Amino acid sequence: MPADDHAHDHGSELSEMQLRVRALETILTEKGYVDPAALDQIVENVETRIGPHIGSRVVARAWADPEFKRRLLADATEAVNSVAEFDPVGAHLIAVENTPQTHNVVVCTLCSCYPWPVLGLPPVWYKSAPYRSRTVIDPKGVLAEFGVALPAGTDIRIWDSTAETRFLVVPMRPAGTEGWSEEALAALVTRDSMVGTGLPKSPEANSPGAL
Amino acid sequence: MTNSIHDMGGMHGFGPVEIEPDEPQFHADWEKRVVAMMRGMGATGQWTLDGFRASMENLPPLTYLSVSYFERWCRGLERQVVAHGLVGEDELTAGRALRPGIRLNRKLTLDDVNKGGVRTFERPAPAPARFKAGDSVRTRNINPTTHTRLPRYARGKLGTVEVVRGCHVFPDSAALGAGDNPQWLYAVVFAGRELWGEEADPSIMVSIEAFEPYLMPA
Repeated sequence: MPADDHAHDHGSELSEMQLRVRALETILTEKGYVDPAALDQIVENVETRIGPHIGSRVVARAWADPEFKRRLLADATEAVNSVAEFDPVGAHLIAVENTPQTHNVVVCTLCSCYPWPVLGLPPVWYKSAPYRSRTVIDPKGVLAEFGVALPAGTDIRIWDSTAETRFLVVPMRPAGTEGWSEEALAALVTRDSMVGTGLPKSPEANSPGAL
Repeated sequence: MTNSIHDMGGMHGFGPVEIEPDEPQFHADWEKRVVAMMRGMGATGQWTLDGFRASMENLPPLTYLSVSYFERWCRGLERQVVAHGLVGEDELTAGRALRPGIRLNRKLTLDDVNKGGVRTFERPAPAPARFKAGDSVRTRNINPTTHTRLPRYARGKLGTVEVVRGCHVFPDSAALGAGDNPQWLYAVVFAGRELWGEEADPSIMVSIEAFEPYLMPA
């Protein structure tokens, strides 16, 4: 079964789906329900405006600016929307902070809810049956498949996105990054580290002076 | 349907998580058009987001599991436009419009997309919140045949209210086209052992976002 899922998810029925989707768009356009120019702009926005680069900058700002971090953890929507360089995000964004005691992981067991404005489209694995089924019952097993092993004694907190609230994990700032710029810090913040299935990149290999 | 295949939390047997290195946002161009149509048709107000979720949850389980994520969206969209009388089955078969469209009150324009806008699901509260942070609660054991956002694994379980989120559109009503019916929303956290039994890992905590009608005092 996983092999089949994989093939499907990667477009083995591309031509059939291409025809099916084109037919639907033709009908909706001919009947006057959608404006193709508006649809084109939606696609362009999704492809160019949103993505994990937004979340990385938000996390880096939180690492560098304690007051921003306080606001982010209190009301992430308000905090992100207060920064002029960031595109406004929808209501109900919630930032959850990793600590030495607790590691946070985000899932949507019922569908695929994900913080699009700050992380972009969810990866296929996030929407897949293995991740959705096992994260709430065997998070350590799931994290091991991502190559993440937490120190003994770390509690794991799973956030199941069952309403319109959306979760952004704020990973722990790596040691050895004192004095780094926000840009340099943002380069350490991976998408997976903001879902909880990864950790930030190591500063040794990614320091601003390193090749 | 509530007790359907989409409600996967805690199931075994789906195998390991398959991680694709350097995964692109889309794997085919048609996926982009599905996302755009979903947004465009959603903006017409003919159905709610939860109505759309319900249309995918109602796919036959074997179909749900065997088609890709965006194909599921495509099929959900086809079901919605037919169910709401916007498109005929004969038109889907023909691949073109056979009749003029019905008049819709709203249509998403390029201007709307450019303006963006921030969507909220919070609504004025019709009554004070019944619970506060720190309260012990037990989730109800409900099995409605219509849409709900209380997952099976978290029914009839003892948990603690951690945060009061505000009063939000109630998905169980909105999915049926029965209006917003605003309800208080809470983050409710459960010990892993409460959900999965005494042999479960004691270091695990799981929270759901639970609407007040899902909860009883405990």
